[in-house]
Amino acid sequence: MARTINSMLRWRELSVIVVAVVLAIYFQIANANFLLSNASLQNLSQFIAPVALIACGEVILMIGGEIDLSAGMVYALAPFLMYFLTRAGLPAPLAIVGALAGAAAVGAVNGMVTVLLQVPSFVTTLGMLFLLNGLTLTISGGTPVGVDASPTLAFIMGRGGYAEFVWAALVVLVMHFMLRNTRWGLHTIAAGANPVGASEAGIRTRELKMVNFVISGALAGLTGILEAFRISSIDPTAGGTHIMFLAVAAAVIGGTPLAGGSGTIAGAMIGAMVLGILNDGFTLIGINAFTFDLILGGAILVAMLCNILIGRYRRRMAVS
Amino acid sequence: MTHTPIAGLRAPPTTYAALDGAEPLAVTDLLRAENIVKTFGPVTALNGVSLRLRRGEILGILGDNGAGKSTLMKILTGYQPQSSGKLYIDGAETALRSVDHARALGIECVYQDLALANSLSVYHNIFLNREILYPGFHILNNRAMRREAIRCLEEIGVYIPSVDAEVGALSGGQRQAIAIARAVHARARILLLDEPLAAMGAREAALIIDLILRLKAEGNMSIIMIMHNYAQTLDIADRIMLMQRGQVTYESDARSTSVPELMTIVRREYQHFQTHKESA
Repeated sequence: MARTINSMLRWRELSVIVVAVVLAIYFQIANANFLLSNASLQNLSQFIAPVALIACGEVILMIGGEIDLSAGMVYALAPFLMYFLTRAGLPAPLAIVGALAGAAAVGAVNGMVTVLLQVPSFVTTLGMLFLLNGLTLTISGGTPVGVDASPTLAFIMGRGGYAEFVWAALVVLVMHFMLRNTRWGLHTIAAGANPVGASEAGIRTRELKMVNFVISGALAGLTGILEAFRISSIDPTAGGTHIMFLAVAAAVIGGTPLAGGSGTIAGAMIGAMVLGILNDGFTLIGINAFTFDLILGGAILVAMLCNILIGRYRRRMAVS
Repeated sequence: MTHTPIAGLRAPPTTYAALDGAEPLAVTDLLRAENIVKTFGPVTALNGVSLRLRRGEILGILGDNGAGKSTLMKILTGYQPQSSGKLYIDGAETALRSVDHARALGIECVYQDLALANSLSVYHNIFLNREILYPGFHILNNRAMRREAIRCLEEIGVYIPSVDAEVGALSGGQRQAIAIARAVHARARILLLDEPLAAMGAREAALIIDLILRLKAEGNMSIIMIMHNYAQTLDIADRIMLMQRGQVTYESDARSTSVPELMTIVRREYQHFQTHKESA
């Protein structure tokens, strides 16, 4: 029994799960249609999926004390890259691959400037944020365009009701496994917890960080492409800082400290769920639109606080 | 600032210049460094340091902050290359290319910051960058690492409540022991310890000293320790070296010197700087 409790306390994601379950129960009681209707669940899944996908990239960067502020703008740019590649005559699947490569290239630039020139990633990616926003607006002329692909491909890439959530769940599973069970993951955490120590142990911390920026860029691009397919339209003002900050909030709520050193992908997924539950829950119980952000913001703060307090308790119990 | 020589301090009792070329290497020398110079731009961190480490001995390196001890350590571990000078391992001249290269030759270092990742478990730290993987993949074999970590800690007689515990939750002595266990497990022949007793209470220090002496007694390991505390160093080490301003200024068998003697030499350096200041 003591052993079971002990192993549960070691479980990092425990505190945020508690927060998510409590919130779900509250909204289910406040509005019976909250969870148990298909429309509501689909709506919830479509909020959670993009946040969770971008949060995966943010988590692996935040572990190393870095951040990618440009993720929301890569999200807006990638579907336009896909659009122009299709227009240039490439078949849709190849255009998707090309757009993902473009998103990854943005990540590579972020990584190289941050690591090689030793510019804080907050600054690097802040610059990239504005630069990409301008680029997207310029190449699109500021007007949305349609998505051109076969129905099957469109269905798989996000048109299907839960397609985007399935993508998010797959990426979260793979990334969670990789962070926990591969050399890359172990080295990412080690380099984040003790950068000098990790390099003294022979880990190539600089290359590792650059790779993680590339992964973050590619994931943000994938998210933008999935969203474009889902709403059948490519909007130059999509994404932006809002989705990026939601992703960072999901990561933090999920237990990845902004200061770095540790982090969990599954936690970020549950963090995205907490945000989604708050967002949909308040909408369904009919909060006034003006007070919505006020309450949502307060609830995010309380959720983060609860998580930190439960986490502190967890660590104290695990040591004693 | 010019490095004016201090009278009577320049020449250590044994000069390696005599060994250059003509005399064959003693087979007992596991590691030899000759005339190592390291400069960082205009700063000379090491100004012609020579040392020898005999098989199975403990060499203690003493010196103030900025004497060049850590720079020397980083060169011996392949972390950074020397500007000039030669290294011999097992009598063969060797240019260390990287930390991995040095490790492959059996040189392991426990740095003062211990190179531990606080948020990782004890067993992941012991296997950091030398993980046991499932064949063909880069997937960690956690079960095998756990089992090996328990065995390794038992073998060197270190008690840690649980190998699953996050290293950040452990005491300074336990953390030091884990860092040493990592080097031991890597089958180190040459173990470099950077301030192994720093920031440690008397009881924990005693445990670590005990561990170091046990490793020596087993006979597979030769150890270089960077130290601050003269008394502890004379207790543990077979030989001691004093470094000042990037040079070796004194070297002796641990038994034939004493804390007062070492203090006298170091005090002379202070006095030198004091007179320097007055005349300026």
